[in-house]
Amino acid sequence: MKKLTVVFAIALVLALVPMTGMAAGGPKVELQQANIDLNNHAAIQRGAKLFVNYCMGCHSKQYVRYKLLTEVGLSEDDIKDNLIFTDRKVGDLMTIAMPEEDAAKWFGAAPPDLTLTARIKSGGEDWIYSFLKSFYTDPSRPLGVNNTVFANVGMPHVLYELQGIQDPVYKYEAHHDGHAVASFDTEAAAAAYVAEQGEGYRMERVVERLELVKPGSMTPAEYDQVARDLATYLTYVSEPMKLERQRMGIWVMLFLAVFTVIAYFMKKEWWKDVH
Amino acid sequence: MSFMDWVDERFPATKVWNEHLAQYYAPKNFNFWYFFGSLAMLVLVNQIVTGVWLAMMYKPSADEAFASVEYIMRDVEYGWLLRYLHSTGASMFFLVVYLHMFRALIYGSYRQPRELLWIIGVVIYVAMMATAFMGYLLPWGQMSYWGAQVIVNLFAAFPFGIGEPLSIWIRGDYVISDATLNRFFALHFLLPFVLAALVFIHIVALHKVGSNNPDGIEIKKNKDENGIPRDGIPFHPYYTVKDVVGVGVFMIFFLGIVFFAPDFGGLFLEPPNFEPANPLKTPEHIAPVWYFTPFYAMLRAVPPMFNSQFPGVVVMFAAIIVLFFLPWLDRSPVKSIRYKNVIFKVAIAIFVVTFIVLAWLGMQASTPTKTLLAQIFTALYFAFFLLMPFYSKWGKTKPVPERVTG
Repeated sequence: MKKLTVVFAIALVLALVPMTGMAAGGPKVELQQANIDLNNHAAIQRGAKLFVNYCMGCHSKQYVRYKLLTEVGLSEDDIKDNLIFTDRKVGDLMTIAMPEEDAAKWFGAAPPDLTLTARIKSGGEDWIYSFLKSFYTDPSRPLGVNNTVFANVGMPHVLYELQGIQDPVYKYEAHHDGHAVASFDTEAAAAAYVAEQGEGYRMERVVERLELVKPGSMTPAEYDQVARDLATYLTYVSEPMKLERQRMGIWVMLFLAVFTVIAYFMKKEWWKDVH
Repeated sequence: MSFMDWVDERFPATKVWNEHLAQYYAPKNFNFWYFFGSLAMLVLVNQIVTGVWLAMMYKPSADEAFASVEYIMRDVEYGWLLRYLHSTGASMFFLVVYLHMFRALIYGSYRQPRELLWIIGVVIYVAMMATAFMGYLLPWGQMSYWGAQVIVNLFAAFPFGIGEPLSIWIRGDYVISDATLNRFFALHFLLPFVLAALVFIHIVALHKVGSNNPDGIEIKKNKDENGIPRDGIPFHPYYTVKDVVGVGVFMIFFLGIVFFAPDFGGLFLEPPNFEPANPLKTPEHIAPVWYFTPFYAMLRAVPPMFNSQFPGVVVMFAAIIVLFFLPWLDRSPVKSIRYKNVIFKVAIAIFVVTFIVLAWLGMQASTPTKTLLAQIFTALYFAFFLLMPFYSKWGKTKPVPERVTG
């Protein structure tokens, strides 16, 4: 039996090793760490306020009720007075008035519902945080802005008054066989390199970093906090029961540990006459 | 007259209890691999119970399905727990059944006289796959939708002009739609009860022939003066108490995932499935859930021939059908891997690697290198079965002991 186990352990390792080596590359956007804390109710409340003020004109959160925020320390009156601007009730779902069909006509694609964004996007909260910080001026886009995390994004930078305006600083890469082989600060240098190398080489312009060219009403640190609060809030609403589930899980694990130990000794007692 | 006598005169309660539990003699040398049969039953019960409760709140309509799942997750008391138990349970069911099948493979539990037992088991596996496939459409997320689209389209690859009408008949529409969702829900509710009936038949067959064991010895050949196998112990209480320990360990693993990692890194709940189904937007990369990926990899490994995807579909179904023939492919004079020749042991090791690599390949986007790998491992998968009549006979086997060993 032991020998068999060893053989299968070796087989398993042999199977898993090539997998790690072959892990797919592909273009990956580097995300910034949001470092959110779901226990921080104040952050969730601030995120909710930002959401209803800046996002909810276009983005619904149709699977969430306003009432959910009573779980993070707001009273029903707080919600009514600060977060609901219409005659809606606290128990209502956070839908929007804009019909999806019209929205699709106006914007090309309807702004997605944001209830589950944190669970859809790879990177979750970090994706949201980075996305909110990564708008930049791009005159080639219909709305004049683009985003390094979400290329050719269809929405304007609704928080630009807070953050200010960011311009891109480009670098120029020479690509061969789908890989970047060299990087240059100027277009001319990259073009010369590509011409020199000849066939199979091409130049690509990439955003190296973003530069704040016109400050908004907030300092960069304050704006980071805005992005973090929204990331915290959207992560919270994507799975509001997450902390409850983990708390409950600890008790379940403790119970099962005790149960299993007792079951083990019971089995041992019963089996002592089996040889 | 006692109450049990009264019952027994009308229903063979005591007789059934004795024949299947208290006086059903199982070999005393069951090891780790023998936990998974009872665990599979436990997970089936979990799936049925949580499934029935989810069905009380779920709405099988294209307009409401996605929202009703979120309603269960958010507004139903402990709805999230029911849902995670069900979604994690599906993956656990396959995990446990794969290990159960692997046990049969290494100890030759499919060999004479257990051929029918094995075949019923494979039927259970096929029914499970059908159930899981239909269940996966119900959350009506992007992956639900496009996964179902891809799989149902396989039937459209059927030649002789029957493919297209067949796929429309399955969907009830030209694309996956409300009609499909409705019928998949009906069948997803029915099939678990068919599964339960098949499990009953599986156990009836098992108790007719008796359990195999890690030594592959027939314990019924060596009975004492009372007609009780010398190497057997009554299933109850010995294996009932032992299985309870297995249940404890398994539940720590299962509920550990439910409470701390229900997505399991996107493997059990795929991120694109948190986006509602959108017939106009194809996801970048469509992959079935992990338990189907080995077969999906084999499907994609076969290039289209004569302008048809059909050969790939044939290979994929053949990969499952070949399992039915396993009892007659193994020609080794011994049952258990403990006494089989070295070549067989190596073959099983390669097979394990093959299955895992295919599972991984089935999750990845195709590249020429990965397609080549999938072709190699598909060939290895079939080689394991089709060459078994030869390599199982070669080489020297070890002598099988008279009595079971530890």
